[in-house]
Amino acid sequence: MIRFAFAGLAANKVRSALTMLGVLIGVASVILLLAVGNGSSTAVKNSITALGTNSLTVTSGSGGGARTSSTVKKLTVDDARALANPAAAPDIKSVAPVVTTTATADYGNISYTPGSVIGTYPAYFETANQKIASGDYFSADDVLNSAKVAVIGSTTAQQLFDTENPVGKTISLGGTPLTVVGVLQTKGATGFTDPDDVVIAPLPTVQNAFTGFGSVNQILVQATSADTTTQAQSEITQILMGTHSLTDPTKLDFRVSNQTSLLSTRESTSQTFTVLLGAVAAISLLVGGIGITNIMLVTVTERTREIGIRKALGAPKAVILGQFLTESTLLSVFGAGLGVAAGIIGSHFSVVGIKPVVIPSSVFGAFGIAVAIGLFFGSYPANRAASLRPIDALRHE
Amino acid sequence: MARRARAKRSAGSAVAEAAEPAVQQVPPPVIQVRRLTKSYGHGDATVHALCGPWDPQTDEPLGVSLDIEPGDFVAVMGSSGSGKSTLMNILGCLDVPTAGRYLLDGIDVGHLDESQLSLVRNRKIGFIFQSFNLVPRTSALAQVELPLAYAGVRAAERRKRALAALALVGLSERADHKPNELSGGQQQRVAVARALVTAPAMLLADEPTGNLDSRSTEEVLAIIDGLNATGRTVVLITHEDEVAAHAKRVIRLVDGQVTSDVRQGPAGGPPPVLARQLAAAQAQQAQQTGALIGGRS
Repeated sequence: MIRFAFAGLAANKVRSALTMLGVLIGVASVILLLAVGNGSSTAVKNSITALGTNSLTVTSGSGGGARTSSTVKKLTVDDARALANPAAAPDIKSVAPVVTTTATADYGNISYTPGSVIGTYPAYFETANQKIASGDYFSADDVLNSAKVAVIGSTTAQQLFDTENPVGKTISLGGTPLTVVGVLQTKGATGFTDPDDVVIAPLPTVQNAFTGFGSVNQILVQATSADTTTQAQSEITQILMGTHSLTDPTKLDFRVSNQTSLLSTRESTSQTFTVLLGAVAAISLLVGGIGITNIMLVTVTERTREIGIRKALGAPKAVILGQFLTESTLLSVFGAGLGVAAGIIGSHFSVVGIKPVVIPSSVFGAFGIAVAIGLFFGSYPANRAASLRPIDALRHE
Repeated sequence: MARRARAKRSAGSAVAEAAEPAVQQVPPPVIQVRRLTKSYGHGDATVHALCGPWDPQTDEPLGVSLDIEPGDFVAVMGSSGSGKSTLMNILGCLDVPTAGRYLLDGIDVGHLDESQLSLVRNRKIGFIFQSFNLVPRTSALAQVELPLAYAGVRAAERRKRALAALALVGLSERADHKPNELSGGQQQRVAVARALVTAPAMLLADEPTGNLDSRSTEEVLAIIDGLNATGRTVVLITHEDEVAAHAKRVIRLVDGQVTSDVRQGPAGGPPPVLARQLAAAQAQQAQQTGALIGGRS
């Protein structure tokens, strides 16, 4: 029976190939698009762990209340000091005020503008999960002395020094000479910004050279553990309400954001994205299935006479049904098999900056659904063929 | 030439076979048709393809009644539209009559469902069509194996019987050829092999020579003669007198009615054409023998 089905399909090679192509595209797109969606959510998950799960960020700005900018009190180093009081905030492990700016760095005749210049305390490195690859972090003493030292990210190092070892070299950042004491480990791009394209220097050094000793952009707080972030968050709110002399907790001029919750929002967004991609792919699989029905109907019409002959020779209904079902199932099995191959090969290339991660269940699922579609969409034409009256089938021209 | 010799041999054995049932009882007819009618359409637009004589009182068709004995070779003749194809389709269980009873080999076909009908077609009837009706893209051997496959015969047995059937029609060397690689006559001989491979109760041939040249016509008819000589019942539909001359009984249909039913030879024994050839051969042999005895040159 399978031999007959093969012969039937081989009789119209182009037609069979095009039908298979329909299923192939459907299956391949299901696998590939789900892999892309999965890849992006994996990337988000990785960036959550990269950021550290017990870090909190305090930024200035109203939390949605209708307040004019004049009444908004900026965050200051004093706020950070208040937060660093272990008596008032037992769940806070460390505090790092952060100022961000941009400046052009020069080394020899190479000039490069890193993505950001950060001025902060040594606690920043641990809180932001920044690990050193070579050299060392700058120390608390460097902060106190406003030492002209810097730790640079791997992208910045690559741009300025290429293959040279940057540790011990002096770069000129916006005219201020800074000695590179360490290079950070590569974190890898997680979205549109490159976390490795940074220069990190002691807070007073950056304030002195660029931003001035006013406010800070944000305060990075590390809770004692991932479980205490909620308590730490309320302690921060209490303390900063005190320093900013606020009484109404609904009208705050700062915002404490939990990195984990921020990123879990992004993760759920990417899951929605995956579902949407999957739905699009499923539609193309359905279209492939309709293609099978269409071709099988054409085949049945074309071979009506042959069906008549077979019936005259005493072919039972089940045999005719089986033959056409085998043909449509073969079409879908081959199409799905090639689609799986195409999907897996396609997932080795990165799509719009996202490295697709193939979900094994999607491969089996897509294959299974394609075969089921072959059976389901093939059953109508097959049943039509099997139900033909022999005399009508034989008279068909 | 080889085929003709074979036909003679089988003809010889057929005489012995045909004698046997006569010694026993009268065998039941292969086909028993009682008051069979077939009409298309409704009301005033009704067309009676098969009606038989009309009842003078009620003006209703009385239907066609017909008996065909085992071993008979019946030719059904008539112009197009006479109802002969309709009769053939009903006899072949491809179509159902509007009214009447049809007993094939003792089985009332009217009470069978679709799957039982396909079984009857497979076991009881061998079809030969005017347009050959071979399955496209399938080798001659596979064509002949097809009805056996539907009957559930095992592959080895199937192959053996299919090859034997192909040998009988003289196409052993063409077993691997597809229909488009065979001539019209060869295709029809494959169709004959396919029809006889299941050893059916009846061969049903619908204008088997209609699409063939005269030489192929002779070949195919000789095979059919040979099959009938071995006791196979044959019902043949034609509009050519030369073809009908091969039959032992000729039924003429006009406008759905049987107008004449002529017997050209006994139901048992070889068909008329073969019988004449046999007689001629015997006469020639006798003459030769006589010549030898007589000593004349």
